Amino acid sequence: MHKEQSAGPPVITTKPWNNPAVRSIVYQAILLIAVVSFGIYIFGNTADNLEKQGIATGFGFLETTAGFGIITHLIEYSEASSYGRAFVVGLLNTLLVAFSGIVAATIIGVIIGIARLSKNWLVSRLAMVYIEIFRNIPLLLQIFFWYFAVLRALPSPKNSVNFMDGIFLNNRGVYFPSSILEDGFSLVIWAVVIAIIGVFFMARWAHKRQERTGQQFHTVYVSIGILIGLPLLAMIITGFPLSWETPVLKGFNFVRGAVIIPEFMALWVSLSIYTASFIAEIVRAGIQAVDHGQTEASYALGLRAGPTLRLVILPQALRVIIPPLSSQYLNLTKNSSLATAIAYPELVSVFTGTVLNQTGQAVEIISITMAVYLSISLAISMFMNWYNARMALVER
Amino acid sequence: MATESQHMIGSHPDLPAPPSEVGVVGWLRHNLFSSASNTLMTIFAIYLVYLLVPPVISWTLVNADWTGDSREACTSGGACWVFINARLGQFIYGFYPVEEIWRINSAFILLVVLMVPMFIDSFRHKAWLGAIILFVFPVISFYLLAGGSFGLKEVETARWGGLSLTLIISIVGIVGSFPIGLLLALGRRSKMPAVSTFCTGFIELWRGVPLITVLFMSSVMFPLFLPEGVNFDKLIRALVGVTLFSAAYMAEVVRGGLQAIPKGQYEGAEALGLTYWKSMSFIILPQALKHVIPGIVGTFIALFKDTTLVSIIGLFDFLGIVQAASTDPNWLGYSVEGYVFCAFVYWVFCFSMSQYSQSVERKLDTGHTKR
Repeated sequence: MHKEQSAGPPVITTKPWNNPAVRSIVYQAILLIAVVSFGIYIFGNTADNLEKQGIATGFGFLETTAGFGIITHLIEYSEASSYGRAFVVGLLNTLLVAFSGIVAATIIGVIIGIARLSKNWLVSRLAMVYIEIFRNIPLLLQIFFWYFAVLRALPSPKNSVNFMDGIFLNNRGVYFPSSILEDGFSLVIWAVVIAIIGVFFMARWAHKRQERTGQQFHTVYVSIGILIGLPLLAMIITGFPLSWETPVLKGFNFVRGAVIIPEFMALWVSLSIYTASFIAEIVRAGIQAVDHGQTEASYALGLRAGPTLRLVILPQALRVIIPPLSSQYLNLTKNSSLATAIAYPELVSVFTGTVLNQTGQAVEIISITMAVYLSISLAISMFMNWYNARMALVER
Repeated sequence: MATESQHMIGSHPDLPAPPSEVGVVGWLRHNLFSSASNTLMTIFAIYLVYLLVPPVISWTLVNADWTGDSREACTSGGACWVFINARLGQFIYGFYPVEEIWRINSAFILLVVLMVPMFIDSFRHKAWLGAIILFVFPVISFYLLAGGSFGLKEVETARWGGLSLTLIISIVGIVGSFPIGLLLALGRRSKMPAVSTFCTGFIELWRGVPLITVLFMSSVMFPLFLPEGVNFDKLIRALVGVTLFSAAYMAEVVRGGLQAIPKGQYEGAEALGLTYWKSMSFIILPQALKHVIPGIVGTFIALFKDTTLVSIIGLFDFLGIVQAASTDPNWLGYSVEGYVFCAFVYWVFCFSMSQYSQSVERKLDTGHTKR
């Protein structure tokens, strides 16, 4: 018995090329060699070509004066600013349109998604028509439509459409009164900050008290009261330190006031409408994924419709909704690069468009642009992993 | 009166449902007016329909102008479809020489003829036909469209355009991205660290950036990558970009399907002594792909819509050519008609693809679903 064991397993003679371990190493070596030599080949070619065409390399160009204007910028920018500054302006414009688009698309999408599940036949059909129309038409076409066919076709500034005696709509954009903050407005801002902090601590206290005693507290109403009341009080004390500056027609265009340019409007509207049709489907699927038994069980426990939705259905539906929703947010951010077709000055349009044309440093510029989008998507997917781990179903 | 007493206790026939619960009235009560809030919503929805539908119908159909050959024919105030009519040839064939258009037509007729048997259930040789469509047809149609040999006049790709270019890009993208995506998905799940790292990196790189930067890369950076003197056509560079981009998305869809296959299937295949490729192609992939048909078709639809972006790098696809036509001084002011027509065509293609995927899904649903 002992002897037999020490004899070991019977020796199997495999040819090395039939041995999985050997094969795996060979395959990987081939792949590595192929990738590395391809990389070296491309690198060599690129270096050659750049030298022959006399294109500078390196990132020094970011310091150079840009010499072109950008129609809308969130930070100080002029023609004398550097390419690096232009890059930041473009990036901020991308983030601005992405953020506004995400907010609007979520609101529209949730409404349409819930309408799609409505018991009302007509409402659910209308929601379906919305979804089927907008998600099956290319986004670029929708952007073109809003920009060239709707917004550029509006009357000239002289014949602007006027809303509420202060908001003007014309083919140069939407002009509306801008607020001017006077002395003492900082107190109002502080009031808002204090209100938010107060609400946060109150919610925590109410939650703890409910866990301890079972007594509920009207957190929502009190929060709304604090959030509106405190800043209002500050406004009254400081005597409304806020005035409005209405736009005025001067010559061919409006001066003063604030403006939203049509490029932004077109991009924002089409991104929101297009992405909302996908979000609506995600919301619908998420709510449908929660078993109907959950609703029945919740009713059986004596919960009413509102708390059932809030405490039982939504937390479970969100688990299904959030991952695809975040990838839609990511899509929206990436799709905002289509702005380059209508010359809204976001990252791709400013940097990969104008700056690339002026400097010709394709490799650096496209790498930077790709790196920016890659980091945004990596950040979102890291957030997703964290969220999934937090929300994951705790099973026995 | 007497009839009621004739029934035995317990064998009473059911009374008919009250008229307010069945038929049109019952349906309306249940679906539109079941409660006060429901009624309000119905009224609001009807108002919305009233607001949108009649003007749209009157603009597109009732008040529209259909015939004529210049903008003078458009007098009735509705849509001016004359514009579309006049430019239809260009919208479909781009700047392809008129006397050579038969080549595009015959390529597409050939494709349709080859595709028809694929939809016939009783046709036996689908695998062979599929191979012909995938490998032989592209070669034939390339020689047919590009010309330059077999006595055909050469037509450089700069003259290709319109709907036919859109279809060429989408078909090449679909045909190319599917096998690449499949390999990438298998590679990502491979046990070999170098292979899976490479595939994961490749997939995440393409999925993390917008298609427009990929297209810029293909139009600006690709030429730098190649040795001097070697130069690829602009269209081919765009095709490579679109295909690789789409392949990364396809890979993730396929990976989802692979992950849904229980481990026992892999082990079973191994126990039968199947090699890796055999177990993949006969056991794993047929099941995995069936799971993800909606995702695959969704990727195709996204690819089809994304082909519009090539107009940004200067190719005249369907949208690009409609956009160019709407700036024609002879037809200024009719861009809405162009966009609506364009949107309608894209919509028909995308919607029918999604409907087809649903029908395939139903057909292949052989009852292995969990519920």
